[in-house]
Amino acid sequence: MYDLNKILVGLAIFLLFFTFPILYGMGSAVPAPKPKLDTPEIQKLTDKKCVEDTHFMRTSHMQFLNYWRDKAVREDQRTYDSKLNGKKYDISLQNTCMKCHSNKKDFCDSCHTYASVKPYCWDCHIEPKAAKESM
Amino acid sequence: MKASRREFLKLAGVSALFGLGANAAFELLTPGALEASSEVAHGAAHGEAAEGVQAATRWAMVIDVRKCILQEDCQDCVLACNSTHNIPTVGNPKEEIKWIWKDTFEHLFPDQHSQYVDEGLEGKAFPVMCNHCQYPPCVRVCPTKATFKRPDGIVMMDMHRCIGCRFCMAACPYGARSFNWRDPRKYFEGKEAMLNPEQPTRTKGVVEKCTFCPERLAKGLEPACVEACKKRKSDCLIFGNLNDPESEVRKILRKRTSIRRKPELGTQPSVFFLV
Repeated sequence: MYDLNKILVGLAIFLLFFTFPILYGMGSAVPAPKPKLDTPEIQKLTDKKCVEDTHFMRTSHMQFLNYWRDKAVREDQRTYDSKLNGKKYDISLQNTCMKCHSNKKDFCDSCHTYASVKPYCWDCHIEPKAAKESM
Repeated sequence: MKASRREFLKLAGVSALFGLGANAAFELLTPGALEASSEVAHGAAHGEAAEGVQAATRWAMVIDVRKCILQEDCQDCVLACNSTHNIPTVGNPKEEIKWIWKDTFEHLFPDQHSQYVDEGLEGKAFPVMCNHCQYPPCVRVCPTKATFKRPDGIVMMDMHRCIGCRFCMAACPYGARSFNWRDPRKYFEGKEAMLNPEQPTRTKGVVEKCTFCPERLAKGLEPACVEACKKRKSDCLIFGNLNDPESEVRKILRKRTSIRRKPELGTQPSVFFLV
C-alpha cells in the first residue's frame, strides 16, 4: 500500500474535524431550559392553568396556535372553549397568550433558542412591553 | 396500423358526431346537472353561498361627501385607522401604506368628471378605503388565498399566507392595496409608544388594506374610522348591514343619491358615496 502514513494522518485529521462539535460540547451539557411562569398575571390566577393542559401546550402549541390563527382570521370565530376547564378565551396571541406570558424572553425564547427554532410570529405580532424593557 | 386518408376522415367525422352528442346525452341522462355544477363552481369562486341564498350580513360603508367636505382639514378617520392598525407614516408616496385616505372627487371619480364639476365638490377631498367588492378581483387572482371574501362581505387579508406577489394590487381597480417595501417596524423606531399593543404590525413583503376592523365588529363595535368620525360629531361615515332593509345604511341610501367608484367594472363595491 502506498502512502499509508499520510492516509492515516489524513483520516485522523478528518475524524477530529468531523467530531469536533461533539468533542467540543462534551462535559459541558447545557441544561434543558425551564420557561419561567412567574409573571404578575399568572401569579394573580387562583387556578394556574393555561387554555389547555401543560403537556398538550408543551408538545403541540405550534399546531394549536395555527389552529387559533385559522379560527380567528379565516373563520372569524374569536372565542375558544377550553376542553380543560370549560372557560371561554378570546382567540388572540397578543391579547390572550401574551397577557399571561408577558415574559417572552424568559418564556418563548428560552426554549426556542435552546432548540434553535426561529418562529416568525414577532415579525408582525407585538411582544408585551414589560419584556421589552427588561431586554 | 396504417390508415388511409379516407379512413382517417371517416373516424374523425364519427368522433366529432359523438362529441357533439355528449352534451345532449348528459342532458338526457341527468337533466340540468351539468349546468348546475358549473354555476355552483362559479358561485364558489366568488365566495358566495349557494345560488339564491342571501347571507344575513353584508357590511357596507356610506360616506356622506356633502358633510365631509365641510370638515376640510379633518384627518380624524385616517389617524384613527393608522393608530388602531399600526400603520406607519412612510413619507415617500411611492411606498406609503394606506387603509383609508383622503382624495379629491376628480381623482376618485375620473369617469364622472364633467367639464363643469359642481363647485362644492371641485378639488374637495373626502375619505376612501377598500370597496369590499361583492365580486372582488383581488380575491380571484390571489394564488395563495391570502385574500378572501368572508360570508359577511368583508374582503379579508390573511397576512400569514401572503407571499407578496402583488397580483392583487394589479387586479384592484381602486388602488386600495399597499405593499410593504420595507419592514414597517422601522418607521416606529423610537416611537414604540405609538404602537397599539392589541394589534400586530405587518412585515416586509406583504400586501395590506382596509379590513373593516373585523376584530372590532366581533366585539360589537363599529370600525375605528366610523367611531372617530362620530366622536367629532360630523357623522360622515355610516357603517351597517346592506342586507338588512331597516339598517341605517339602507335607510340613507333610499333617501339620498349615491354613487360608487367604477361601477361599470361590475365589482359591486360596498362603499357608497352620497353626493
